[in-house]
Amino acid sequence: MTTPTDAAPAGDAIPETAAAWRREGRRIALATVVSTWGSSPRPAGSQLLVDGDGAMVGSVSGGCIEGAVVQEALAVMDGAAPRLLSFGVSNEEAWAVGLACGGKVEVFVEAVE
Amino acid sequence: MKATLLDALVAARTEKRAVVVATDLADGDQILLDGDGAALVPGDATVPPAIAQAGREALACDRGAALETPDGRRVFLAPHNPPLRLIVVGAVHISQALVPMAALAGYDVSVVDPRRAFASDARFPATRILTDWPDEGLDALAPDARTAVVTLTHDPKLDDPALDRALASPAFYIAALGSRKTHAARRARLARLGHGETALDRIHGPAGLALGAVSPAEIAVSVMAEMTQVLRQGTVA
Repeated sequence: MTTPTDAAPAGDAIPETAAAWRREGRRIALATVVSTWGSSPRPAGSQLLVDGDGAMVGSVSGGCIEGAVVQEALAVMDGAAPRLLSFGVSNEEAWAVGLACGGKVEVFVEAVE
Repeated sequence: MKATLLDALVAARTEKRAVVVATDLADGDQILLDGDGAALVPGDATVPPAIAQAGREALACDRGAALETPDGRRVFLAPHNPPLRLIVVGAVHISQALVPMAALAGYDVSVVDPRRAFASDARFPATRILTDWPDEGLDALAPDARTAVVTLTHDPKLDDPALDRALASPAFYIAALGSRKTHAARRARLARLGHGETALDRIHGPAGLALGAVSPAEIAVSVMAEMTQVLRQGTVA
């Protein structure tokens, strides 16, 4: 057998990227889909990693709610408590963003510190 | 999330250990659980039996789940299983397209081919390559229920020993490149090795969905598509 060459972590590698960004001294927050109803594009467990400049890796939707989630991520980085966000048709006005697919998602946003 | 928990999570993923992050959705308190549901970080955390059980289930289904505890708290369980694996037998042109596609889809990919002219680092950059004979390669890689095995050499000397071993494993997807006629002959050879009809029906042959694929990259797409369908929908051959 040849010596196996281990490739970089497969897939999104969000935890690995989060750890790497922290080592670089970047402030970071994680957003995680914790529940979905109806047709939502990303399943529970999907994550978006955000840094203090608003750079993103991963996703919590098809792109519909990432902008709003980044704003909340910046707030938790500035010391706000972790928060649970709801997006969907029923509270479209509250968040001023909705899911075009008509589904609903809950997203938990927390700082890494 | 505390940095200590993140570091322990990354270490577990690097060592390919199954773990679960349990998060209290009210205050963000977190515990990292091992595959049995016991606390890893913080090590002295008390894990209610319902949470440990839900953690084991989240790993088994490979799906995150929110749980309501008897005392009215909501806890989200995020499973981190070791990655799905793909074993490609044959370091051929189609493999050069399939390997990066599968890696993008989150698979930990290994290529097995004893022919060193094919199995070179130049042809497969940053890829785990085994130059063993395929049966030995499969034995070394020990496919489990989260592993797919695809044979692409077109050569019975190389494909058959791999398929023989794959059929003895719980691999979730087994596929072999080749025409229907080739596949019928392959089934007959494998039957002589003692594999019954039910076992032989596990082999997807010809490999891949019928998309009319022509180029190596298109054939890789069709194999990737069929592998995904079997993973997500459990579709049988």
